[in-house]
Amino acid sequence: MEFAELIKTPRADNVVLHRPFHQAVEGTLCLTGHHLIFSSRRQDNAEELWLLHSNIDSIEKRFVGSLGTIVIKCKDLRIIQLDIPGMEECLNIASSIEVLSTLDSVTLMYPFFYRPMFEVLEDGWSSFLLEQEFELLSSVTNEWRLSYVNKEFSVCPSYPPVVIVPKSIDDEALRKVALFRHGGRFPVLSYYHQKNGMAMMRSSQPLTGTNGRRCKEDEKLINSTLRSGRRGFVIDTRPLTVAQQARAKGGGFEQEVHYPQWRRIHKYIERFNILQESFIKLVEACNDQSHNMDRWLSKLEASNWLTHIKELLTAACLAAQCIDREGASVLVHGSEGTDSTLQVTSLAQIILDPRCRTIRGFEALVVREWLQAGHPFQQRCAQSAYSNSRQKWEAPVFLLFLECVWQIHRQFPCSFEFTEQFLIMLFEHAYASQFGTFLGNNENERAKLKLPQKTMSLWSWVNRPEELSRFQNPLYEANSLVIWPSVAPQSLQLWEGVFLRWNRPSKFLEEAEKERISIITYNKELQARVNTLRRQLAEMEVTVEMLQE
Amino acid sequence: VENVRLLDRFSSRRAVVGTLYLTATHVIFVENGSETRKETWVLHSQISSIEKQATTATGCPLLIRCKNFQVIHLVIPQERDCHDVYLSLIRLARPVKYEELYCFSFNPKLDKEEREQGWKLVDLSEEYNRMGVPNNYWQISDVNRDYGVCDSYPTEVYVPKSATAHIIVGSSKFRSRRRFPALSYYCKGNNASICRSSQPLSGFSARCLEDEQMLQAIRKANPGSDFIYVVDTRPKLNAMANRAAGKGYENEDNYSNIKFQFIGIENIHVMRNSLQKMLEVCELKSPSMSDFLWGLENSGWLKHIKAIMDAGIFIAKAVAEEGVSVLVHCSDGWDRTAQVCSVASLLLDPYYRTMKGFMVLIEKDWVSFGHKFNHRYGNLDGDPKEISPVIDQFLECVWQLMEQFPCAFEFNERFLIHIQHHIYSCQFGNFLCNSQKERRELKIKERTYSLWAHLWKNRADYLNPLYRSDHSQTQGTLHPQIAPCNFLYKFWSGMYNRFEKGLHPRQSVTDYLMAVKEETQQLEEELEVLQERLANLQKSQSGNNKVKSKQQDRSKQFGLYTSNNSLANTPQEYSNDLKSFPSRSPSQGDEDSALILTQDNLKSSDPDLSANSDQESGVEDLSCRSPSGGGCLPSEDSGKDSDEAVFLAG
Repeated sequence: MEFAELIKTPRADNVVLHRPFHQAVEGTLCLTGHHLIFSSRRQDNAEELWLLHSNIDSIEKRFVGSLGTIVIKCKDLRIIQLDIPGMEECLNIASSIEVLSTLDSVTLMYPFFYRPMFEVLEDGWSSFLLEQEFELLSSVTNEWRLSYVNKEFSVCPSYPPVVIVPKSIDDEALRKVALFRHGGRFPVLSYYHQKNGMAMMRSSQPLTGTNGRRCKEDEKLINSTLRSGRRGFVIDTRPLTVAQQARAKGGGFEQEVHYPQWRRIHKYIERFNILQESFIKLVEACNDQSHNMDRWLSKLEASNWLTHIKELLTAACLAAQCIDREGASVLVHGSEGTDSTLQVTSLAQIILDPRCRTIRGFEALVVREWLQAGHPFQQRCAQSAYSNSRQKWEAPVFLLFLECVWQIHRQFPCSFEFTEQFLIMLFEHAYASQFGTFLGNNENERAKLKLPQKTMSLWSWVNRPEELSRFQNPLYEANSLVIWPSVAPQSLQLWEGVFLRWNRPSKFLEEAEKERISIITYNKELQARVNTLRRQLAEMEVTVEMLQE
Repeated sequence: VENVRLLDRFSSRRAVVGTLYLTATHVIFVENGSETRKETWVLHSQISSIEKQATTATGCPLLIRCKNFQVIHLVIPQERDCHDVYLSLIRLARPVKYEELYCFSFNPKLDKEEREQGWKLVDLSEEYNRMGVPNNYWQISDVNRDYGVCDSYPTEVYVPKSATAHIIVGSSKFRSRRRFPALSYYCKGNNASICRSSQPLSGFSARCLEDEQMLQAIRKANPGSDFIYVVDTRPKLNAMANRAAGKGYENEDNYSNIKFQFIGIENIHVMRNSLQKMLEVCELKSPSMSDFLWGLENSGWLKHIKAIMDAGIFIAKAVAEEGVSVLVHCSDGWDRTAQVCSVASLLLDPYYRTMKGFMVLIEKDWVSFGHKFNHRYGNLDGDPKEISPVIDQFLECVWQLMEQFPCAFEFNERFLIHIQHHIYSCQFGNFLCNSQKERRELKIKERTYSLWAHLWKNRADYLNPLYRSDHSQTQGTLHPQIAPCNFLYKFWSGMYNRFEKGLHPRQSVTDYLMAVKEETQQLEEELEVLQERLANLQKSQSGNNKVKSKQQDRSKQFGLYTSNNSLANTPQEYSNDLKSFPSRSPSQGDEDSALILTQDNLKSSDPDLSANSDQESGVEDLSCRSPSGGGCLPSEDSGKDSDEAVFLAG
């Protein structure tokens, strides 16, 4: 298919761009296969706006006479308005955008056409291999092994080819366990707590069904992570009633009779359309221009967004607490084990593991616990808060995770190597990107699409020194401890950086950030100078002494 | 009383046992724990209510709520003891005479001269000079010299030059409590001004020629504009109801060239109830998110804060952008008027955003114009219906502005919190009584100390590290956003949950940056010394090379010099210095000097405050504040225990 066929009017002049907190600008609008480009050539400030079609969530058009107006709402929550003279031009442009922003074939997406303008220093596709992770692990324990049982994606289609499992369990047993777990997602290692040797595993629900099926291999697998005489915790992210109902559909939960060493805790975490509805309501509230305080607060409350944040953080803290404080191993799962399960396991690691609070460590966490673990990014992030499609599989699961990280970041502003901007960048790229990293729903699909060969990895770009410097937190100093966030409502706030991002004047906050950086840079400079002088002085003193002698 | 248990709000397992002491000025709880013997000190004047609850098997619970939002939950083993404590506290918390207040016994060990210097720190006539009055349009009037016209006004009042004594007195008779229009803020740049008064006694139709002349005079004092705004900060309904009582608001027809405007801020009773409701939300044991948000909305608190801010923004805009003078009043002109005038001044004039300027602002718009501190903050036992968090709301407006303009204020959040604390503590004389007249009669300045001097002495603790006097945010008028979707009005947990350290960020960016700046300063000094020494060495070295014959003499001299110098600061000493710097390494694990440094800072900074209230939190709380999040040690403990309850409760 040629994109040119879809673009009837590739260019329009005298278009006026409106954005909140910016003056309206007049300029030229161009459409290409993947971008909407607006450029103004005003002498005082020429500027260009490049918008990926895949970033467009919805588009509205209206006419006053022959002046057409299109309102574009983006997945990163930005809203822009374009006034386009000429009814035909406007209609053409609107319909082209509509088609180009909803292409259903992945291989037509921009990452397959994008050619980087930068030199690739390190191929991000191979930056975070599970083998490296395992090497680190084997330096502290030998209770685990790498398994290639899923090499052909035949045991579990949504798992990566390599997983870490208890050493005592062989591949044959894993195959049996896979048959006992929803979608074949047998329990694998998610995190190993060096401090006390406790493990966090994740899986999907067991397929006990109504007649209480059991699987000895499954029991053996998870029991092998327990110390003798100690109990473990199963954190089920569904309420008990839902877990019980799941039995009718062949699902279920670990029953006490078969898992006497495990205590089950149900921590309800919302998923799917309830989450998506909440997201849509929150964004609606944030775009409500009314000055009425009560209305704002009641809309914020009605969106329930912060409730989800609080519940999720609480569940993650609980998992971390079981591991670090109770000295118990933990198994986390919900139904499929691809959404709330991953939220809980990855957040618990932020709390427990200082490495995950570094830039590189966080990237590794996203790769390990989200991409490789088979969170269906393409389905979940197909549409954002402005879409009318309301498909069952769309949900801001990853955004919710990022916001929880931000909440912890806010409470421990000196313990993270990255800034809020880093999290916002990940949010943007999960929804629309020139990179192939977030395409596909699991490693299986990514391999079939040959993404590593055909597209550029986000990490190849982010991990270049000039990009990294934008995301480095000037206040960071490594903190080797477990960080326990407060989950009280008073301690949680709306993530303004995402939800009010386009609605608030950013000047003053940016100035504050600059000031923070300059205070710290100046300090470091002085330190370096003082050290140099000290050295010089010491050297000279030695020379003087020698001369005196 | 011995064997008293102090309960923790979040978890009953964290209760501590100790001894309760009642002194003439404080309630003191000393923990039995042998090593720390942590102490909690509460000033009697901070106590807002005492509640004795039904006796249980473990003893008799006593709940003490404080005006600085601390809540102390005690369990006393014997019912009789509890009753005695209860009765004593009721009496002690409600003094009937000013002389019983702490400031009359508080002695910070300053001599007489230092005390007098302290009171001179904030000088209002200097402030009016700074604004640029007296001048061609404004003069100081002596009509109120002996409080003869208005007993709640100061003796020195600035009025338009064309307003004669006759006009002032005439106008005062037409205003509630004779609070005639007087100057609050003058804008040098365009002659526009903010004046304040009480409501006119207009009833349904009454007029007063002198009052009309007075407003005319205010307009004339601003030649650039042909009208003035009259802003009534009450809801229209309230103002109309007042007409029936012979009071009311200005009729545009009777006054030439005024534009009348209502900006509805609710009265003190509504505000008191609103705070009460919000505090109930804060006290909930483990609220869900919707409990909290719903309760916050239902309390209306943020709505009221926004109303005050909106009024301030309106006035600042009129003065700065339209160049129009504004007369502000409410009913008596000492609550809402004070709030609104001071918010507007703060937006307009960068000086009020400095530490000194902020003290001046409170002194000008609140203390001198007769805001009734004693009644509003219940210093002496009085009518509970008079109590209302009026200045608390102003302080919160300032905090909300600080969130929106992080670089614009010279002071930090702690400064506001400590001011709030001392408004209720009665430890300093500044906020005693209801008017300047009463304070003079009590000879406050001779008998008590000034808070401003105390805060000024410890100003290092109150600095905002992001403030720079040459920064763009520091200059000119602030233009805040008003729609909730453009700027989030937030719940101020630093104030209302001040004593629940577990709820606050565990690492403070402000403290961290302050420590960095302090280190930077020391580095700058060291750099200078090093450069000087290096220069000296180089000089003497080149001397050595050139004049070899004199080498011995010279090097002798030099030797002397260096040895002197080395006495002063050798490299070894520097490294010692350096060790004491890392005030900031947030590596929470090690016993870093950071902790100690911040701790010292705070101790020196506000011994009284920490003795009075912060003692409880002791080291733990300090480390919570310390940037090092030293943080985490306590947070590991406290975090765990307290949060555990929360996690499992869900």
